Amino acid sequence: MKTFSGKVLFLDRSDINTDEIIPAKYLTEITKEALKPYLLEDLELPGFNPTKDISGKAAVITRANFGCGSSREHAPWALEVNDINVVIAENFARIFRQNMYNCGMMAIELDADIIDGLFKNYAGKDCSLEVNLDTRNITISTDGKQEVISFKIADFDECLVRAGGWVEYADKNY
Amino acid sequence: MGKTIAQKIFESHLVDKPFGDEVNVLRLDAVFCHEITTPIAINDLVARGKDRVFDPSKIKAVIDHVTPAKDSKTAEQGKILRDWARRNGIKDFFDIGRNGVCHAIFPEKGFVRPGYTVIMGDSHTCTHGAFGAFAAGVGSTDLEVGILKGVCTFKEPSTIKFVLNGTLKEGVYAKDLILFLIKELTVNGATNMVMEFTGPVIDAMTMESRMTLCNMAIEAGGTCGICYPDQVTVDYLWPFIQDDFATKEAALAEYSKWKSDADAEYAEVRTYDVSELEPMVTFGYKPDQVKPVREMQGTPVQQIYIGSCTNGRIEDLRIAAGILKGKKISDNVRGIVSPATPKIFSQALEEGIIKIFQDAGFCVTNPTCGACLGMSNGVLASGEACASTTNRNFNGRMGKGGTVHLMSPASAAAAAITGEITNSPLYKA
Repeated sequence: MKTFSGKVLFLDRSDINTDEIIPAKYLTEITKEALKPYLLEDLELPGFNPTKDISGKAAVITRANFGCGSSREHAPWALEVNDINVVIAENFARIFRQNMYNCGMMAIELDADIIDGLFKNYAGKDCSLEVNLDTRNITISTDGKQEVISFKIADFDECLVRAGGWVEYADKNY
Repeated sequence: MGKTIAQKIFESHLVDKPFGDEVNVLRLDAVFCHEITTPIAINDLVARGKDRVFDPSKIKAVIDHVTPAKDSKTAEQGKILRDWARRNGIKDFFDIGRNGVCHAIFPEKGFVRPGYTVIMGDSHTCTHGAFGAFAAGVGSTDLEVGILKGVCTFKEPSTIKFVLNGTLKEGVYAKDLILFLIKELTVNGATNMVMEFTGPVIDAMTMESRMTLCNMAIEAGGTCGICYPDQVTVDYLWPFIQDDFATKEAALAEYSKWKSDADAEYAEVRTYDVSELEPMVTFGYKPDQVKPVREMQGTPVQQIYIGSCTNGRIEDLRIAAGILKGKKISDNVRGIVSPATPKIFSQALEEGIIKIFQDAGFCVTNPTCGACLGMSNGVLASGEACASTTNRNFNGRMGKGGTVHLMSPASAAAAAITGEITNSPLYKA
């Protein structure tokens, strides 16, 4: 199973699409590792600098419809090779969400008001989180402040995370 | 309680429900592949010692995104797909000279039938729902399992039904209609939903127009666009199915089972009279940022692009040529047209359409996806705008710093002549 804990990157916008996560011109790469320098290269977001802000992060917290657009699995791969294995959002585009779990990564959905609270209390600060799949809790903390948020995950998605991805699961079962 | 067409297709293809109603494992009738999202899946299968396919006759492959190869990396992607197709006995593999944009060439070859389940590592796979199939874009891992096992997982198919009444005005097309519907829904309005298109407006549409409509379901987040098969579907497919049925009537009777029941349950039913719909165009960087062309009139553009899986079919080229005939494009723009398949290219040649484009000052390219996603054959410079018949206006989509205005082929042809966003002369207000 992958690691789902570490420092958080906040991306305060809805509808961040897969072209912004990894531009099409890099889809000519045939290894995942080659995508590493280009994650979120085309994302224009006030205060966000991809060359400085991604390094050392292990999780993303964002708004609604993250990962819309192209089916490119290069989007989760670009996150994965940057050691970001979990994205938390109000909701996700279908293909992106499926791609995350198919890779044994996590796309966790939380209510809009909870996401809003996370942005208010933690964005812009040195913030870490830890996802516990057994208890289905996220512990988020910054200097002197900590809270535990429960989340839901479908049994099938949990199986994929524990199996390490869909290829492993499907090969065993079908 | 009755069932929707998507529910009927799911039921007939169900392999497993490993966690109750949470997820359906479906048997696949077709797995489509191209050279951008398939090579990593192929390499992974090879690395796992599982370099095989579930059924070579159900796998179709094409090199379409960057063709001819533009550099060593894209040449390598083509080679991986080509070598894999050969060693696995995939007969329906289309290389340069015989290749076209995947969502144009696969239907043109008769590979999609009513009631089919289809996946591809491409978000615009929803196009094929025009034939009354369940067709969905997936990532490379789903594609990999599809290639190996012939199955894929989907949640229960919740459906939004669109009842489209009235008659589209002259000069208003399926593209204008789908842009309008995306504006109504927003880019997240149909996420995890099937978009079922019904009503007199759909009944009157050609297969090409239905494909344009279903093609952009994903831009509202939709899993699949879907139309009921009818006489138009049978006529289109007839060259491929005439050995399977004694008559067209028999084919229609068989395909008619792929239709939603009158008492089917929908997440939502949206009814529109679209008789007053005008030509539509996008602004900004999301496909739900849509206005009437009238309100964007006069916005300058530097490039015109007519092509893609949305609007690169013969009907689209005929409409654009009808406007361009005897005219020259503005000195302030460059025009690019890419017929979506070799067959469409040949038809356009025979009908004199290619000459009209060339005389007007257009560059005619081979069939390819290239420009639509800024990979090749028409990348924008920073600060430039393109009047485009494609499907995405994302920031930097056709080139970093560029802007894309999505519109119909008629609107794109009109913009080519004036050098700015313009209502097409075919539009009768």
